[in-house]
Amino acid sequence: MVRALGDFDLAEELVQEALLEAVEHWPAEGIPQKPGAWLLTTARRKAADRFRRQARYREKLAQLEGEGMGVDTAEGDDRLRLIFTCCHPALSREAQVALTLRAVAGLTTAEIARAFITSEATIAQRIVRAKRKIVEANIPYRVPAAREMAERLAEVLAVLYLMFNEGYLATAGTRASRRDLAEDAAWLAGLMVRLMPEEPEALGLLALMRFHLARVETRFDESGGLTLLQDQDRSRWDRERIASGISLLKRAAVLRRPGPYQLQAAIAACHAEAPSWQHTDWRQIIALYDSLLALTPSPVVQLNRAIARRYLDGAESALDEVAALADPLDNYYLFHATRAELLRDLGRDAEARRALIRALSLTENPAERALLEHRLA
Amino acid sequence: MKYVLLFTDSKDRARQWDAMPEAQRQAAYGAINEWFGKYSTRITGGHELQPERTATTVRFNNGKPVVTDGPFIEGKETIGGYAEVNVSDLDEAIAMAKEWPTGGPVEVRPVIDRGEPQR
Repeated sequence: MVRALGDFDLAEELVQEALLEAVEHWPAEGIPQKPGAWLLTTARRKAADRFRRQARYREKLAQLEGEGMGVDTAEGDDRLRLIFTCCHPALSREAQVALTLRAVAGLTTAEIARAFITSEATIAQRIVRAKRKIVEANIPYRVPAAREMAERLAEVLAVLYLMFNEGYLATAGTRASRRDLAEDAAWLAGLMVRLMPEEPEALGLLALMRFHLARVETRFDESGGLTLLQDQDRSRWDRERIASGISLLKRAAVLRRPGPYQLQAAIAACHAEAPSWQHTDWRQIIALYDSLLALTPSPVVQLNRAIARRYLDGAESALDEVAALADPLDNYYLFHATRAELLRDLGRDAEARRALIRALSLTENPAERALLEHRLA
Repeated sequence: MKYVLLFTDSKDRARQWDAMPEAQRQAAYGAINEWFGKYSTRITGGHELQPERTATTVRFNNGKPVVTDGPFIEGKETIGGYAEVNVSDLDEAIAMAKEWPTGGPVEVRPVIDRGEPQR
């Protein structure tokens, strides 16, 4: 430990914590076959958890869990068992998220409560209830069998994606604590990739998160207002993260099992690699949306496809495509905001205004409201 | 570990079931019988219930029993039957429930084990 960390006090403290954990676990679960190895593994895991939260240790963290570095099998299996149990479909999504952050990512209940802007008591209760259900309903602590793996892995990835969006989509004010949540979700996705390196959708999800995080600094202006993708300063995008996202996507592609996360990541990659909004490969993006729609038909994806068409075929054809979505998306603010943009492009200002007002009535998010109000003015 | 699978059905579908011609109903029962056959070593008890119209509920108003016609739950779903199963864990119970052929929701509940002798 001391050798790995170069910090004796810290190593000692972490081993102490591991010993405490042993005192808690061993009486109930029995002493492991190699107690020494167990302690070291636990201490290492604790070190990783701790470093993740401290930027100055990021480099060491990279050493401890470099992507190329395998996780030793026993420890890996243990962590996977934990993840799959925390994300068991018999638990509510809220409980899955809280439990995963607590037990896998090592966050305190206070940190989780801050990230979700709720009280510590609420999170603590959520976790207690989830643990109780695991015991009382006898949710097994194991990695799912091959025949249920696809479904169970999808569940885990859905939990991580929701966690990421909670953090990433957060707006001004609560941003700092929630951005950590996006980083935590990305860390967990990275853990999944290390533990299950042959799962293309895990790779796709991690790539998607990397592309989003690469431009996290440019999403808001100094006053906390939302800056849209087309207006972001691309020179400030994190090129390293983009490059790692691309290489993850390549690894996924080799496995030849496309899926929604890989496709969404590929769309994000098109944006990340485009030199400017004008020089974006819209044809490629539309083709990717078509593949995505073939896998998971959804009116929101169709709306995004229509937005891309605006830049390839013009506002008129995009508006036709948007109009067809009126029924399922009438209560979705982005539907009306998109219509407003297209109507304005076509010089139909009065209709554009009405659409903007409708959009404004459908969102509570202050940054989104500010943007719409700005367009109305 | 023991669980009870509560087989429920939407009231609409329960009505359709009642109105079904006998031959069709027999075919539907075929799928259910197959399910019971497949899991016979796991199933330790259970019954199909008469339809909801036969239900009587005893309520207690300040401790005084009051008998009323009908089920105690007034919802979109109705309980059509139950099976008691003995399996290793929740995943196994869920796997059984996923194969239940009627299309109705199945509620899975662990049974409190007070260490009664196994039947």
